[in-house]
Amino acid sequence: MQSSAVNSSNDKETARSITFAEAVREALSQEMREDQDVFILGEDIGVYGGAFGVTRGMIEEFGPERIRNTPISEAAITGAAIGSALTGMKPVVELQFSDFITIAMDQLANQAAKLRYMYGGKGNVPMVLRTPSGSGTGAAAQHSQSLEAWVAHIPGLKVVQPSTASDAKGLLKAAIADPNPVIFYEHKLLYKTEGHVPEEAYTIPLGQADIKREGTDVTIVATAVMVHKALEAAEKLAEEGINVEVIDPRTLVPLDEQTIVDSVKKTGKVIVVHEAVKRGGYGGEIASMIAESEAFDYLDAPVRRLGALPVPVPYNPTLEKATVPQVDDIMQAARDSVHRR
Amino acid sequence: MTQADWIWKEPKEKLVDWLEQMWTVRWFDEKVDEFFAKGMIHGTTHLCVGQEASAVGVCAMLEGKDKITSTHRGHGHCIAKGADPDRMMAELFGRETGYCKGKGGSMHIADVEKGNLGANGIVGGGIPLAVGAALTSKMRQEGYITVCFFGDGAANEGSFHEAVNLAAIWDLPVIFVCENNQYGMSGPVKDMVKIENIADRASGYGIPGHVVDGNSLPEVMTVMKEAVEYTRNGHGPVLIEAKTYRWKGHSKSDAKKYRTREEEKEWKDKDPIRFFQDALIERGIITQEEAETVKKETKAQIERSVEFAEQSPEPSEDTLLEDVYA
Repeated sequence: MQSSAVNSSNDKETARSITFAEAVREALSQEMREDQDVFILGEDIGVYGGAFGVTRGMIEEFGPERIRNTPISEAAITGAAIGSALTGMKPVVELQFSDFITIAMDQLANQAAKLRYMYGGKGNVPMVLRTPSGSGTGAAAQHSQSLEAWVAHIPGLKVVQPSTASDAKGLLKAAIADPNPVIFYEHKLLYKTEGHVPEEAYTIPLGQADIKREGTDVTIVATAVMVHKALEAAEKLAEEGINVEVIDPRTLVPLDEQTIVDSVKKTGKVIVVHEAVKRGGYGGEIASMIAESEAFDYLDAPVRRLGALPVPVPYNPTLEKATVPQVDDIMQAARDSVHRR
Repeated sequence: MTQADWIWKEPKEKLVDWLEQMWTVRWFDEKVDEFFAKGMIHGTTHLCVGQEASAVGVCAMLEGKDKITSTHRGHGHCIAKGADPDRMMAELFGRETGYCKGKGGSMHIADVEKGNLGANGIVGGGIPLAVGAALTSKMRQEGYITVCFFGDGAANEGSFHEAVNLAAIWDLPVIFVCENNQYGMSGPVKDMVKIENIADRASGYGIPGHVVDGNSLPEVMTVMKEAVEYTRNGHGPVLIEAKTYRWKGHSKSDAKKYRTREEEKEWKDKDPIRFFQDALIERGIITQEEAETVKKETKAQIERSVEFAEQSPEPSEDTLLEDVYA
């Protein structure tokens, strides 16, 4: 990743590489410098810097009033954020692990998502709930889930799942600026991944998918950490002569349907892959959307879905890995689609 | 002389206004009860007949900039915080002119302009929201306080515990008002809470707690006045428990098998409106005739609200998907 001495003198912005966690922190810090109404509340986000170090150093810059260290009270943290958003602030909640959304769920599902509609359009809830999700860290069943389909099911919430550092920064800025409640998933395995991230503030609109790799033979729609697995699979499949297109929706709600449909029309084959449990997962929604769209007539193979097995995430690393789709699984699914097996 | 006697020295127009508000709440809910019985309104509703003094007494001590969060039994809070009964009735009729354009109904009336951040269909759901509104006031130094109404049932929700603790550690300007009307849906508070007073829980959060006769407007106002002063001066939250009674069932389909008619009568003998009205007459502040006029005029006002609601248009189906997102 180290850039050479030669190109370090030109185009500093694109040459700079930071981690996903740093990109999230940079987006938060830039927004907080820009707008006094933006503040963060969550467990252990003060001097500790958050469970994954995302807010490290922020209390020193912004102070304890705006980096609000909270008790372990997910319902109250989330509800207080909603109440403050309803009255003019722009809170960002850090929920320590996305599994804990269960404890905050009434506030999200019954309050944040519905207040504006129930009140006949009076009041906005411009809040963001950031939360680390996913398996791969050996944290076992209660700290490894991907429950994004739960929130994506609820009208009134928006759902974001970035896969790269630069996307995380631009999408988080958009999420904070959005007048609606946004659930912002940060996959734990992505925090240390690096990428080129412009230093200046920029926005990536919610509802705009990104084609992470262009291809002609098969479309893989992948989210979060699965984007990287799909890209790895695509590299290997290229050696077999299979030309893969990888699409990252980036936001589940709103979903950029057109980019996916256009890709499927081009390739005629599609695999949807996410880390969440396949049964009832959001991949089913994407697959159905494709089947109901004009892309149906272009399909040369059944729409395939890959997702986790219907099992709590186990502790043992081998078992944990076996729970969620791996590069080989994606490659096999692509081959099956291309060769119509 | 009792502590609450200051109230009788208030200007006559204020005292009459409070009486009017209580009657308005009473007639509004009596009318809604009648319409449900006749099948003229659909859905469900929760009436606060018998609890008028806590809604009116609490809100009377607030300023216009102050905010409230309300509950499923919220018509009284709404009226006391200045809502227009016409638009409330229209909402119950599901009409376009209603506070929520007909999309919220009885359980979700909000009047954001008047500082009513909304009723709530989830027991205890509004408590953290009130804390959030108080947080805004503190962070932006806006100087308003937030009153969080909730019931005895909500005091057993986790959100109550979490939210009161959060407000306490951050010294937020919020007053938690528990309207203890003796029952959840059917669960008697004496079976559901081990301690004598819900207000005693305040000490567990390190904040002041007060028990008050919720059927006495002067008593409610006196406790509130002190709490408002304490909270507005930056000392943090207060928990007030107003002991009262709901005369009607929990919701429209309640046979009230869990309590006796004798008990209901005992509480009806402690009618908060009659108590206040009689005191005004006894003290020569208003005449019997003036009291009758207030009673009649407020009743006529609700009849006009019904007319307004009935004549209002149904919402267009085109509005169905509006306001899901801002």
